[in-house]
Amino acid sequence: MSHELLQVIWFALWGLLWAIYFGLDGFDLGSGMLAAVFRKDEEQRHLIGALAPIWDGNEVWVITAGGVTFAAFPKLYATMFSALYLPLFIILFGLMSRAVAIEFYHHMDYDRTWQKIWGWVLAVGSFLVALLFGVAFGNIFQGMLLDAQGYHGTIVSLLNPYGLLTGVLFVVAFLMNGASWLAHKAPDGELRNKAHSFATRMWPAVLVVAAGWLVYTPFATKLMDNFLNVPVLFLVPALAVALLVLTRVYLQKGNHLWALLAGSLTVGLTVISGVIGLFPNMFPSKIDPAYSLTAFNSSSSHYTLQFMFWVVVIFLPFVLLYQVWAYKLFGRKGTGSEVQHY
Amino acid sequence: MLSRIQFALTVGFHFIFVPLSIGLILFTAIMETLYVRTGDPKYKTLTKFWGRLFTINFLLGVVTGVAMEFQFGTNWSRYSEFMGDIFGSPLAVEALMAFFLESTMLGIWIFGWNKLSKKMHLLAGWLVALGTHLSAVWIIVANGFMQNPVGYVINNGRAELVNFWEVLFNPYAWHTYVHTIFACYSVGAFFVLAVSAYHLLHKRNIDMMKASLRIATVFAIVATLGNAITGHFNGQNVALRQPTKLAAMEALWESGSNVGMPLIVIPDAANERNAVEALKVPGLTSWLSYGSTDAFVLGLKDIPADERPPVGLTFWAFRTMVGLGVLMLLLAVLAWWHNRKDTLMERKTLLKFMLWSIPLPYIATNLGWMTAEVGRQPWTVYGLITTADSVSPVAFSDVAISLGLVIIFYAILVGLDVYLLIRYAKAGPEAMDERHAAVAD
Repeated sequence: MSHELLQVIWFALWGLLWAIYFGLDGFDLGSGMLAAVFRKDEEQRHLIGALAPIWDGNEVWVITAGGVTFAAFPKLYATMFSALYLPLFIILFGLMSRAVAIEFYHHMDYDRTWQKIWGWVLAVGSFLVALLFGVAFGNIFQGMLLDAQGYHGTIVSLLNPYGLLTGVLFVVAFLMNGASWLAHKAPDGELRNKAHSFATRMWPAVLVVAAGWLVYTPFATKLMDNFLNVPVLFLVPALAVALLVLTRVYLQKGNHLWALLAGSLTVGLTVISGVIGLFPNMFPSKIDPAYSLTAFNSSSSHYTLQFMFWVVVIFLPFVLLYQVWAYKLFGRKGTGSEVQHY
Repeated sequence: MLSRIQFALTVGFHFIFVPLSIGLILFTAIMETLYVRTGDPKYKTLTKFWGRLFTINFLLGVVTGVAMEFQFGTNWSRYSEFMGDIFGSPLAVEALMAFFLESTMLGIWIFGWNKLSKKMHLLAGWLVALGTHLSAVWIIVANGFMQNPVGYVINNGRAELVNFWEVLFNPYAWHTYVHTIFACYSVGAFFVLAVSAYHLLHKRNIDMMKASLRIATVFAIVATLGNAITGHFNGQNVALRQPTKLAAMEALWESGSNVGMPLIVIPDAANERNAVEALKVPGLTSWLSYGSTDAFVLGLKDIPADERPPVGLTFWAFRTMVGLGVLMLLLAVLAWWHNRKDTLMERKTLLKFMLWSIPLPYIATNLGWMTAEVGRQPWTVYGLITTADSVSPVAFSDVAISLGLVIIFYAILVGLDVYLLIRYAKAGPEAMDERHAAVAD
């Protein structure tokens, strides 16, 4: 395979990993945020108990995305992570808090006060991760203050309207998906109805924010260029919109598993649409495109890309296989908390 | 400098949690195997008991590991850019091969007791163990490159990978790997010894704990003995590939053949000499390092001063580790002997020693890691890039803020880990069967 082809493949893989991550962990994070809404003892126990077996497997996708960025695009990895130093640290703290909260919630089930604390830690941690990942991607879509000397932005410059809007989009979409998951897992009608009505009420919010985001995007970013050059690509965002509508249909029917699936695919396809618009940029410069980091100027050597390509081809199917196994075990309807005899 | 402190802290914290996880999951998997093979419910209770302690601890290893994955980029961006081609690959493989496996399987293992057949559940347990061991392979392969770079060329000011297999089968990495894995087993084994000793001292769960000890004492002996043996070969490996580190470990100033080893040494780095040297065994250093008493050993004075590692720190870390290793081996043999003779219950002092020996393998493991990492200084990658050239061009205040947060956050994590481990370790295996585990005291 030629070097350019490999670089394109790796760019696609990079986008795909992020899309899978946000599709899967998105509903986890949404569900985590809901710990602040569903605060009653039993409700919260079922909410967190339904997350406990699966959140870790979902989170590994972000670690893989990070590892792959390091291996395939070391220059991007180095620039992006040192440029986004503080936001990334807050995301990390959020991820860590989320993890600790979910696990310790059960280990400390002898003390309701601790559980209340962990419920809040989970909600806040999940919220920060969702919001700031959205802000980070919103800024990458817009372009960064990057020149020959490096990156010049601050955390304040990242909190611009478009970045924040993308963050809010992530938050509301994740909340909707998290509520679908909870409705699916809820062991009794009361919790199911409550989660269901939350998801249904969240849907218009997602629609409005998504519409605003779609309208704002051509003004704030150059993402449209690729789509205008190859109009057939418009199918991807169109599919995302169609799936968002489908989410509403499934919610109406009370089929929460399919609503979750459609909602997660909406999130995944939105990320893929953004990444398509970005190509070949991965960390574009707002100041001068000459300083942008692209799939072609920040990648590893031919040998590394080729070798790692085969590693992915061989191991990714296994990963998918046993993750499917996990979901078959723990994705069953109405089981509630999976924590029994711990 | 702040970046160095921060990184050392995050790795140090990570390395508090990980060895116990690796040692304890293996022990837990052995317990579950005994359960599946004998059908004795005692082993099921023990599996759940040790498994719960494992899960508490494992989580914190995961959490601190996630931070590390990103820290190479946030704090060592210049290093990452220089080395990403090679260093990133093992990390990506680690995520694909190991992290997914251990994370997904752990969920299945913890929550799948009533959903899977005994054998499938056991399989999930062993896959978690496999995942943790594989994870260690890849991170040590990455570290092995930093210690002994192989399979690369320097191209356009960047290290580029030319042979992945050479990086994977780097002899330095594998010497380190087996040594580290045995160290993890020691941590796990001594943890089990201590918790069991606690229960025996309080005359609770005696049958269960004796059953644990039967395996754990053998485990502890194998681990500490394995450490001594692999440690010896690892020393030869260092002698061959990083003579500067060896010189610092031994605080050896003058080069020469037939170098003896003084058993008591107090180095004085400022004056390039040792303040105290006594009980010299002739030719021992030469023999241990190269297998011949006549072998030539490089001394610190023949290494340019700016390429010497910090002598005092490397020396003391290494010596203390070896001393602790010997002590642990003695303790393990004693515990095994008395447990076999069934006289352990009368040996209150020994039991107390076992209880309080929990920190020993931790200290030894962290000292071993310090020897390896400090002994490599001033290099990040031995002979290729220095630590000073590796750090990110990040604002001082950013690093300071995140460092402060890291310290507070990690201190809380360690506190919670210790609190929960003690609580559940004290509560004992019977409490596992109740949803609300009550503290026994």
